Amino acid sequence: MAGLTRAERPPAPAPRKAWTSRAGSWILPIFTGLAVLYLFLPIAVMIAFGFNDPAGRFNFTWQGFTLHNYATIFRFPQLTEALINSLIVATISTVVATTLGTLIGLALTRYDFRGRGPLNLLVFVPVATPEIVLGAALLAFYVSVGLARGLSTVIIAHIMFNISFVVITIRARLTGFDRRLEEAAMDLGANEWATFRKVTFPLIFPGVLAAALLAFALSIDDFVITLFTAGQATTFPLWVYGVSRFGVPPQVNVMGTIIFAIALVFIGLQIWMQRRAIVSAAPTRTDR
Amino acid sequence: MRRLRWLVPYLFLLPGGVWLLVFFAIPMVTMLSVSLQEGSLGAGYALTFNFGIYPEVIERWSTQFLRSIQYGFIVTVLALAIGYPMAYTIAFRGGRYKNILLLLVILPFFTSYLIRTISWKFILADNGFVLGTLKEIGLLDAGFRLLATPVAVISGITYNFLPFVVLPLYVALEKIDPRLIEAATDLYASRLQAFLRVTLPLSLPGVFAGSLLSFIPAVGDFINAELLGSRNTTMIGNVVQRLFLTNNDFPQAAAISFLLMGGILVGIYFYARALGNEELTR
Repeated sequence: MAGLTRAERPPAPAPRKAWTSRAGSWILPIFTGLAVLYLFLPIAVMIAFGFNDPAGRFNFTWQGFTLHNYATIFRFPQLTEALINSLIVATISTVVATTLGTLIGLALTRYDFRGRGPLNLLVFVPVATPEIVLGAALLAFYVSVGLARGLSTVIIAHIMFNISFVVITIRARLTGFDRRLEEAAMDLGANEWATFRKVTFPLIFPGVLAAALLAFALSIDDFVITLFTAGQATTFPLWVYGVSRFGVPPQVNVMGTIIFAIALVFIGLQIWMQRRAIVSAAPTRTDR
Repeated sequence: MRRLRWLVPYLFLLPGGVWLLVFFAIPMVTMLSVSLQEGSLGAGYALTFNFGIYPEVIERWSTQFLRSIQYGFIVTVLALAIGYPMAYTIAFRGGRYKNILLLLVILPFFTSYLIRTISWKFILADNGFVLGTLKEIGLLDAGFRLLATPVAVISGITYNFLPFVVLPLYVALEKIDPRLIEAATDLYASRLQAFLRVTLPLSLPGVFAGSLLSFIPAVGDFINAELLGSRNTTMIGNVVQRLFLTNNDFPQAAAISFLLMGGILVGIYFYARALGNEELTR
């Protein structure tokens, strides 16, 4: 019966058109466009007000266009120091967390071993925990073991939450990893280290890079956990929070804009590398 | 050498695992122990197994607890309502613009969370360029305000966590084989029926992940309530922050944090069971 009715129908057009109503064909894209604009609105405000020429402390009303804020980006020594601190924390925590997380990711996807359950719990529960709880727990821990808070305690905290995100990213990229490629290398006489360097690492590199970028982005923007673990040290978000009650100087917008631009460049590079990797690995999958 | 091969995965796990054990698991235990202590920061604390603190904090901060849960719930529903059509459009209609659209969705992550929230404060300001203009042309009453209302706090949190909802929904929707939907329409299902009976059930893992990824941070958020809200929108996160960092009342703050965490884990468990997502309850 199904065959009959199918035959009576006109040949099926492209599947997408077949089940998309005419109204939906423009409502959904317009809705999505508006939602994207909504997502971009505060960023546009941030960028625009980096070019503002505020009369007093408050950068809240448009006074006139200027590039002055870009020239005086390092006008506040404390802000500069906070930014440098953020970069230090993000760099160290990214390097350490990416290394430790990649090792866990490799172990989880390439080996069978006992104790997977507890390990999964240890890796995934931090992600399901509100940041404020992580921060509070670390603060309680630092106070009770008598560890003085400063940049190093912030770095410890950032490594902790970044490990989980690195493992999740690596694992997502590594499932479906073909172990036969390694076996082939070994069969051809490569030792374990050579196999890792020449086969395994190049294959997992895009995943490692993606994980490192994510870790860096999470670290440099982290506010909640940093607030609890920093003590007297300041980072970029902590400094911005401190002045937000009195009025944020336009130099903050300028720094935000520059960080945004750098992030865009990096993400562009990553997409480009990924595309190249996919093209060279499996030409038939380029359309996906 | 060969015999020690079973050790390899453990060597890989060791550094990261120890780090998580020392700086996640042990602090959690420390926090539990702190919540059961009595004393003050100056005089020192003593572990007295003061379990009474739990009912005490629930009673004292019930308004903030309930408000956080309520806000978290509203935020999740709003984010799903906005995020589902977005993810659907990108997955099924994105064509070759899929990647660019996804990039636009995660664009907010490239600017500081704080700066974005401060931007909202500016956009929603009583006499800012939005409300001020509407008031000038007489569309709004001069006394109308958004800042310092629950609306501002809820929309701020929704804004911040919307991308977290869109991404898993997109992943779930993108995986659906279009031929299944085609088959449903071939079998005389209307487009709505095909959506309700095929697309929606298949996208439930995305709904599950997306709602957790918005509900958990939303319940624990305090930035939006602090920057966009007023005294009447205080959330449990603001209470924890104040008790820990201003009042130095560690036992109370630890007890609240522990309740928050426990509540969320129990919630996840039952939510996972309700949605039949066995993979996550295993």
